[in-house]
Amino acid sequence: MKAALALSLASSSLWHRRKVLALVCLTLTLSVTLLLGIQYLRTEVKQSFTSTISDTDLIIGARSGQLNLLLYTVFHIGNATNNIRWSTFKKLEQDEHIRWLIPISLGDSYKGYRVVATDSRMLTHFRYGQGQPLTVAKGQWFDGIFDVVAGAGVARALGHQVGDSIVLSHGGGQTSFSNHEQTPFTVTGILAPTGTPVDQAVYISLDGMEAMHVGWSSGVAIPGRTLTPDKAEGRDFTPHAITAAFAGLEQKILTFRVQRAINESAAEPLSAILPGVALSDLWRLMGQFERALIGITGFVVVTSLIGLIAVLLTLQAQRAHEIAVLRAIGASPSLMAALYVIECVVLALLACVLAVALGTLAILALSPWILAHYGLHIPLRPLNLNEWVLLTSVPATALLVALAPAFSTWRQSRSLGFGDTGEK
Amino acid sequence: MPLSSQASALALDVRNLRFRWTPEQPLLCFPDIQLAAGEHLFIHGPSGTGKSTFLSLLAGMLSPDSGTIQMLGNDIHQARAGARDRFRADHVGVIFQQFNLVPYLTAEANVTLPCRLSARRRAATVTSPTDEAHRLLAALTIPADHWHRKVTRLSIGQQQRVAAARALIGSPELILADEPTSALDSDNRDRFLDLLLTLAEERNSSVLFVSHDRTLAPHFHHQIALQGTSS
Repeated sequence: MKAALALSLASSSLWHRRKVLALVCLTLTLSVTLLLGIQYLRTEVKQSFTSTISDTDLIIGARSGQLNLLLYTVFHIGNATNNIRWSTFKKLEQDEHIRWLIPISLGDSYKGYRVVATDSRMLTHFRYGQGQPLTVAKGQWFDGIFDVVAGAGVARALGHQVGDSIVLSHGGGQTSFSNHEQTPFTVTGILAPTGTPVDQAVYISLDGMEAMHVGWSSGVAIPGRTLTPDKAEGRDFTPHAITAAFAGLEQKILTFRVQRAINESAAEPLSAILPGVALSDLWRLMGQFERALIGITGFVVVTSLIGLIAVLLTLQAQRAHEIAVLRAIGASPSLMAALYVIECVVLALLACVLAVALGTLAILALSPWILAHYGLHIPLRPLNLNEWVLLTSVPATALLVALAPAFSTWRQSRSLGFGDTGEK
Repeated sequence: MPLSSQASALALDVRNLRFRWTPEQPLLCFPDIQLAAGEHLFIHGPSGTGKSTFLSLLAGMLSPDSGTIQMLGNDIHQARAGARDRFRADHVGVIFQQFNLVPYLTAEANVTLPCRLSARRRAATVTSPTDEAHRLLAALTIPADHWHRKVTRLSIGQQQRVAAARALIGSPELILADEPTSALDSDNRDRFLDLLLTLAEERNSSVLFVSHDRTLAPHFHHQIALQGTSS
């Protein structure tokens, strides 16, 4: 009965002071939105990041560090230290423990986007996210030597359509001075968006990679010795070397044994890495930053709550008459204290509900834009456990900070006399 | 000792009441009072005579240094603070000089407030607290279209009458009134006093009315004066 009275008094009181409290509630709502939004994005980005590549058991490249190999093969950041001989790759294909291999050859670029030379095994075996394969949205996977398939991000950014003719550049970088002008490529297909670095590259055949480098020496085309597309027909462009390979194993349980065998390969110094392990290492590296971010946001919420308490304490002076009345008609000091706690917690709950609504609207509104500009898919999903913990910590903290004005009211109203407002 | 109402006892029986705020301040002495149920008492108390202190003692919000206060046969200062709060909710109605009402509630909600704090007073209302509140508000000439308004939009006279309705609801045995008419003009004052005393008589509630204005005394069955500090 008293709880019902306290609730109804508190809600009437909140409504009575709604103009002042709306502002405080808005501040709190924004800070909770920020807190929840950052946590949500963090989860989504981590999800998106760790599902950049899936089903690949090993990434094999020239001897180098784990992160370096991961960065240049998966994220197209940095360069390979060395190549793998084609003969070594052929030997790996014979390995009974390895089910499939995707050869990739890097080194060239197209308007700042990486050129990845591979073959049809990329389409059949490469997986990202929860085991999704690559799909060609328009046109088809490359077939000819001078065919190119564009990632979704590249096609969108540069407005390419199937049938466009493009000239690749030698080496990496945004602007290159040496272009493979003699060997233009034709766009035959555009990949569906994946939200991974796959979108930010163009794909050609290993043959095409060899063909456009015929007649090149030390990064410069030697006039008269380069190929033209019609001269290339019928020639054999078996590569001498590739940059790296993605491998899928027959039995996952043998991963470490195969990795060890490759690392100790006598033929040539190689490194094999587990992409999952490397990805979580890399995420841990970046995790410091996002942990700092969430920490700062936590402080923003605490600051808003302190602001709320400051306002409630200011209002306390105005409430002296009301408390005197309630006390005189027999309300207990704990009822007075409960009013403060309830008002504070109700405001915090309201802010949480508004924050969830605001966040939902923001995701609905911005998610297509984020996908278009950053290739990051932010879906609307129910809150996970961490986010619930974070969200419930807001009213819990409000409850804690409300204890200060509640206790002072309780103590003051205990010693109030008849009709006494405590203003002496 | 649990506090309970005993029908045969005096509404109020005060004996040898003494109180001192701090050892440096003078001792306040209060007159003995024996008030039968349903009788009204006027207490003349100019400022400085310890009027507020006396009411605080009677309401059980302060504890005396010596003496006893028996309300409905219960020594209220034998009880714990929580029990005294409950006793006040059950048996005492209050009216202040001003700022009587909870500003964010409607007139009706202010009147029914005691019934939400006390099951006894809720049970004493006829049919329901809301019905009783409407009857009291009507009897105290508050227009029906004001009942659901915020009390801050009522005039001072109306606010005091709403406070009277709140004190009367659930027929408490004792109503403590602290200068409730001092903010009213003379027409309003007499009307207020008539209504209050008539309605209190209907409910067999004793009114203990403190004021500095002696001209009000003839409305009451008994009158005494506060002496303030003495001997």
